[in-house]
Amino acid sequence: MGDSRAPVPQAPALALEHITCAFAAKARDASAYTAIKDVTLRVAQGEFVSVVGPTGCGKSTLLNVAAGLLAPSSGKVTVFGQPLMGINQRAGYLFQAEALMPWRNALDNIASGLIFRGIAKDAARANAQVWLQRVGLSGCGEQYPHQLSGGMRKRVALAQTLILDPQILLMDEPFSALDIQTRHLMENELLELWSANKKSVVFITHDLEEAIALSDRVIVLSAAPEAGPIGAYAVDLPRPRDVAEIRLTPQFLQLHRDIWSTLKEEVLKGYAQSQRR
Amino acid sequence: MPKVNAASERAKIRGLLAYQILLLLGFFALWHALTATGILPPFFFGKPLIVLERVWEWFASGKVYRHLGITLLETVLAFSFGTLLGLAVGLWLALSPLASALLDPYVKAANAMPRVILAPIFSVWFGLGIWSKVALGVTLVFFIVFFNVYQGVKEVSPTVLANVRMLGATPRQLLRYVYLPSATSWVFSSLHTAVGMAFVGAVVGEYLGSAAGIGYLILQAEGAFDINSVLAGILILTAFALLLDFVVTRTERRLLTWRPVQGETEPL
Repeated sequence: MGDSRAPVPQAPALALEHITCAFAAKARDASAYTAIKDVTLRVAQGEFVSVVGPTGCGKSTLLNVAAGLLAPSSGKVTVFGQPLMGINQRAGYLFQAEALMPWRNALDNIASGLIFRGIAKDAARANAQVWLQRVGLSGCGEQYPHQLSGGMRKRVALAQTLILDPQILLMDEPFSALDIQTRHLMENELLELWSANKKSVVFITHDLEEAIALSDRVIVLSAAPEAGPIGAYAVDLPRPRDVAEIRLTPQFLQLHRDIWSTLKEEVLKGYAQSQRR
Repeated sequence: MPKVNAASERAKIRGLLAYQILLLLGFFALWHALTATGILPPFFFGKPLIVLERVWEWFASGKVYRHLGITLLETVLAFSFGTLLGLAVGLWLALSPLASALLDPYVKAANAMPRVILAPIFSVWFGLGIWSKVALGVTLVFFIVFFNVYQGVKEVSPTVLANVRMLGATPRQLLRYVYLPSATSWVFSSLHTAVGMAFVGAVVGEYLGSAAGIGYLILQAEGAFDINSVLAGILILTAFALLLDFVVTRTERRLLTWRPVQGETEPL
């Protein structure tokens, strides 16, 4: 098995080829609901890609397919050139909703992934302590999730995912619940961690500014149903970036105008559809 | 600051306890007044002083210990077996959709059945010793725990589950790190009801046929129209049911430290 799983050198870290996801209709007379249709997305090794789109356009569905949590109705997923079977073992997933185990304290939550991989408890906890410090929570290891603030919980979740050193990072609006200051801090932290050891990132957001500030490439999805990519924009802003400051540069504003002109139509379409539903 | 908080909290609890004891004393005083004046006939309602004296007598002479021991043993056995069985079957059915779909009508039917009716059958199967009472208690405890475990497993947040799967947990690790802890909090809320039910199983079983136990004592007293002894038996049972419930609460608090308490401010 060792040989067949070796990464193909030039293969993208993550490739979604012609992915379609249809869900069984809830009402008997309705036809199946096609959330995303014929989506192809390739993420190079070390690339930071953001996916933006109107609400309810199937962004999370796309990420669940990439994570291996959801099997697409049709299409193929490959990870470093290998077809994906079951859970994507090379990916870490940062969820939009609360995902920490409420019955384990912050330290044990962070150590969980290592313990699942059979690493001794003491070693796992020692490593978790290092990560706890890295996300700025060194004194909070004994706290349970309900004792932490929303921003602190997100940091614990980030450490919980990054401690496993995944080659691919899937992020589903991870910072959407945070206030703007905490958000900028977390975004800068993320960029720092990412640039230290370049992972491939798929970052889902509805916030265009966040997408441009963080990414190498921004993909715009159309409104659901049958959502698909309708535009891709390379972001050639210099790195390292400060997410709060880069928003004021003329290059950023130009990109924002370009992408927004595409996105705006879809947002309006998506809004009209959600009104009709 | 948290120290002040805890102290005032403790003072409040102590005040509440004082009122609770006062309420109990008031009840006994009212009972005494009504029966002593003859408004309530003492033959049917007993006399609190005689009831308390009877309790004292039983404990002083040591007569009650054997009966109490047997009833408590039955209760604890029924409670433990019923809880373990409910936990195991609850986890199994919640995690196996096929088994759950197959057994669903039977589970509902067994739950709807008045299981006290089974007591005579258990007496025939297991004899007049403690095991027929344990069996009855188990049938009562099992369903309470079972439904709570089933619910607990079904209520696991799908995001937590997906997250743990992404972190690489095997199905066995999912059971240990997600399903069991989630079910535990539900189980504990059911255990308070289950303790009571285990007692009901033991005493009703004894009442229907036995040679020892508090239920047996009550039955004997009823045969002699000795209402004071009946009430003394009930009093002792109630006190020990409260005691068991207290043990459950203590264990719950120790095991479920992770659970947020409504309206509680966290000490920093």
